[in-house]
Amino acid sequence: MFDKEEMKKIKQLKKEWENNVVQKTLEHFSERKDKFVTGSGKEVERLYTPVNLEGSDYNKELNFPGQYPYTRGVQPTMYRGRFWTMRQYAGFGTAEESNKRYKYLLDQGQTGLSVAFDLPTQIGYDSDHTMSLGEVGKVGVAIDSLKDMEILFNGIPLDKVSTSMTINAPATVLLAMYVAVAEKQGISPDKLNGTIQNDVLKEYIARGTYIFPPAPSMRLITNIFEYCFKEMPLWNTISISGYHIREAGSTAIQEVAFTLADGITYVDAAIKIGLKVDDFAPRLSFFFNAHNDLLEEVAKFRAARRLWAKIMKERFGAKNKKSLMLRFHTQTAGCTLTAQQADNNIVRVTIQALAAVLGGTQSLHTNSRDEALALPAEDSVRIALRTQQVLAYESGVTETVDPLAGSYYIETLTNKIEEKALEYIERIDKLGGVTQAIEKGFIQQEIQNSAYQYQKDIEERKRIVVGVNKFKINEGSPKGLLKVNPEVGRKQIEELKKLKEERGSYKVKENLKSLEKAAKTDANLMPLILDCVKSYATLGEICDVLRSVFGEYKESVQL
Amino acid sequence: MEGKKIRVLIAKPGLDGHDRGAKVVARALRDAGMEVIYTGLRQTPEQIVETAIQEDVDVIGLSILSGAHTHLFPKVMELLKENNIEDIVVIGGGVIPEEDIPELKKVGIEGIFTPGTDTHDIIKFIREKVK
Repeated sequence: MFDKEEMKKIKQLKKEWENNVVQKTLEHFSERKDKFVTGSGKEVERLYTPVNLEGSDYNKELNFPGQYPYTRGVQPTMYRGRFWTMRQYAGFGTAEESNKRYKYLLDQGQTGLSVAFDLPTQIGYDSDHTMSLGEVGKVGVAIDSLKDMEILFNGIPLDKVSTSMTINAPATVLLAMYVAVAEKQGISPDKLNGTIQNDVLKEYIARGTYIFPPAPSMRLITNIFEYCFKEMPLWNTISISGYHIREAGSTAIQEVAFTLADGITYVDAAIKIGLKVDDFAPRLSFFFNAHNDLLEEVAKFRAARRLWAKIMKERFGAKNKKSLMLRFHTQTAGCTLTAQQADNNIVRVTIQALAAVLGGTQSLHTNSRDEALALPAEDSVRIALRTQQVLAYESGVTETVDPLAGSYYIETLTNKIEEKALEYIERIDKLGGVTQAIEKGFIQQEIQNSAYQYQKDIEERKRIVVGVNKFKINEGSPKGLLKVNPEVGRKQIEELKKLKEERGSYKVKENLKSLEKAAKTDANLMPLILDCVKSYATLGEICDVLRSVFGEYKESVQL
Repeated sequence: MEGKKIRVLIAKPGLDGHDRGAKVVARALRDAGMEVIYTGLRQTPEQIVETAIQEDVDVIGLSILSGAHTHLFPKVMELLKENNIEDIVVIGGGVIPEEDIPELKKVGIEGIFTPGTDTHDIIKFIREKVK
């Protein structure tokens, strides 16, 4: 971006500045630390100049927003056209209670829904399963059958909202329920907007709500790709998630690397079953974390976007512009929330949300201040949503596209993250791909090492966490935390019993039998699961059928 | 007892997959010279107690984030009692609201370590309890 002569001069002047000016300052006034590092532990230089970007090519590496390689954003006008979707992940207790919370959030100006399911639902158990004891309705809403789903979206017109569902192993079942609810509202699947997480690889790596082994899991995922290509053109068929990888302790570079490596694996799988890359790739979406190191995070989002565009173009030969675009949702980093002086979390979330916006996110969830202690209370959720609204309407960062571009530091970091992430992807390729790398424990160990280092840095006070290892106070116990109604489990089991008495059990049995038969073939299971769901077969019943055919995944842990 | 390593079982009861804390604590204890066995995810109280017996551990560390601790922790304690191995020191960690702690201590969980805990405090606690 600078001509040779100018670059030479800058280099020379920089050297002079270091030798004279900086040196003199350091003689009287040393720096705070010997080594400065990013939130992910990468060394940070004192000053970034054009020298760091020597040889870089604006048109090739940055280009313009909405143009390959999309470093500066996927849309030409970004937030000048429309703000990101403000989407708070929510759900707890019964479908009825969660429905109330959704309506509250929509009333407060939220623009999209994001459904949190409880753990039994995520692992394909009904509320009355022995493994569900104590877990029903705790970290999300309990869904046993279509009946619960009808209550969950009661009074919410599904053609007017976009809905994101955090569901993975049983994604086919919950997507089928969503389609069935819409149908009852008189809305056809092609009108539905939203996202299903449907990303099982990161469940093996970091999040833990897997059910089936990799091969049948990949099949279910590609079944959704295929079904949606035909029936739900507006639906994001997967949300390839780095969020949980980062929460498990990875660095920013590892987050990009492992997420995109997962993405490559899904694209490969879909191509293998005969789908054309440009038919399904436009509906792939991503999900990233926004951590505390503002500038490293902004660079991370930009690097991810550029690297994905290159991968899709060069590795998979995608031609459709939409196949090349990495569109993503962001959530602020839960792992940075402190139980100590919890109100400080509002500030952390603000910085993280700002990173996501400066990084060009398509939708955003801001965490609530009390989430290191419990599920968020209503007023905490409101502050979290207001944080996004302040950024959108008051901060001014939305008025121009990719405002940090051209910063020597930002561009250098963007280059570095891309380069290092690509190195990881090449290592994973050499191991035989993500599934092999998971089986060998490679990815998990890399993350664990980073997590352990992070903890050690905090304990050795190399990393300061305000209120935790510095600036501590004695504080009383926090007030006003949300408590999930302990009756949820009992209520849910009663309802389930009632449902099983009321529904026509013959039809349920027939549909489950057909599903079992089809599961043993290569058929797309979505239509069969839809039949099961509509006859009010429960989530547990459907997953049990699939368990009996596919078997269950067993993790192997290396410490 | 001289020279005998303290044996610790780190266990994840319940369904949640948040094992960052469990794994970090497991490694910190191992680096502090203890023998550590980690169960992996989704362990029932029965499985945890069975592993504790088989591995002849001195300490069980229960890690949970889902909110099911009020059900699962007491169940583990009950099973320890049934098997007459109440001498095992049981500690817990995770997102556990302060108001739940007295109840958990009453059933015999000796220490509860919530977010922000320094692993050295856990190590010290275990060394003091296992004599």
